[in-house]
Amino acid sequence: MSGASSWSFREDDARTIQGILAGFLGESNARTAMIVDRTGQMVAVAGESPQFDPAAFASLTAADFSANDQLARMLGEPEFGALFHQGERESMYLADVARRVILVVLFDNRTTLGMVKLRVKPAVGQLTQVFTEMFSRDGTSAPGVESEFLGEAEDEIDKLFGA
Amino acid sequence: MSMINYASREINCKLVYYGPGLGGKTTNLEFVYNKVAPGSRGKMISLATETERTLFFDFLPVDLGTIRGFKVKFHLYTVPGQVYYNASRKLILKGVDGVVFVADSQIERMDANIEAMQNLYENMTQHGYDLTRIPFVIQYNKRDLPNAAPIDELQASLNPGWPVSEPARQRLTPDPYREGEYLVSQQDGQWIERAPYFEAVALTGDGVFDTLKAISKNVVKTLG
Repeated sequence: MSGASSWSFREDDARTIQGILAGFLGESNARTAMIVDRTGQMVAVAGESPQFDPAAFASLTAADFSANDQLARMLGEPEFGALFHQGERESMYLADVARRVILVVLFDNRTTLGMVKLRVKPAVGQLTQVFTEMFSRDGTSAPGVESEFLGEAEDEIDKLFGA
Repeated sequence: MSMINYASREINCKLVYYGPGLGGKTTNLEFVYNKVAPGSRGKMISLATETERTLFFDFLPVDLGTIRGFKVKFHLYTVPGQVYYNASRKLILKGVDGVVFVADSQIERMDANIEAMQNLYENMTQHGYDLTRIPFVIQYNKRDLPNAAPIDELQASLNPGWPVSEPARQRLTPDPYREGEYLVSQQDGQWIERAPYFEAVALTGDGVFDTLKAISKNVVKTLG
């Protein structure tokens, strides 16, 4: 048991995920699709670039999903696999992927909730496969950061937070 | 669990400020927000009640810049300190890379500090994390108040140390932040390790950046 177990996200992972998200956006006519990890970090964005701060958005998405997970448990459900937030013009649909990341779909009146739900299912299936494989990978196979990284990072910390 | 994104060349680290209610966690973040150059930080998000008590969390992303080709970001979170918000507190710890425990130095808040510390250990264990193995620092806040308890007392109650079982780590390790003090030392024949600690007055900013520097450097070390 330990704390800081890292996971890494490679360029080929990114390409595969972008391909899945682009396919989904084309079929569903949704505006933007994002992958947010459950700890609150943005992993991938496809489609129209959002106008908001992605870091803040990701932290709130993860909190939203986690809070609803707890509510599900109180109702005796293992989880809510998906959430839907309806706005006047913009809506969002969130779906769990492999219990580790969340697929967030932003859409407007160019499509419908029904269409998004219909097209999101196969996309979640494909993403689940990619992420399950990614998380099962041996963490040590990742290239890691260069040895000079630590010293330079410490200098930057001193600069930013005052030496 | 810091996430290294090789596709976007980003490393994101999650730092969580934990501690009893009204201890100064949000004040720490507010001070950082006000002092860090606007270009190096994002928007601060506070999910608070009407009376400005943290309901779910505060969030502040701080950008360290590009180092060896990687954009490094620290995501600073606080948890709600009030006892009955434990469900939200536990959620925020998910994926934490480093913990700052903000203790309230006032003698009257000693029980609240101890309760919050026990709660931190419990919630970490429930996530499968071991607080003794991840970057962890303690901040004794409100040192300016006349009813602040002496540091020795706070240390004895909140930072008594945990046993060091790995032989390689059983050696006298100086505290880099205080001369003549040790983080790993022998006590009654047993090796114990304590978390680094800092004295602070978060309202004026005293000790806020010392604490943040220490935790972020320790977190960066885990990336190598």
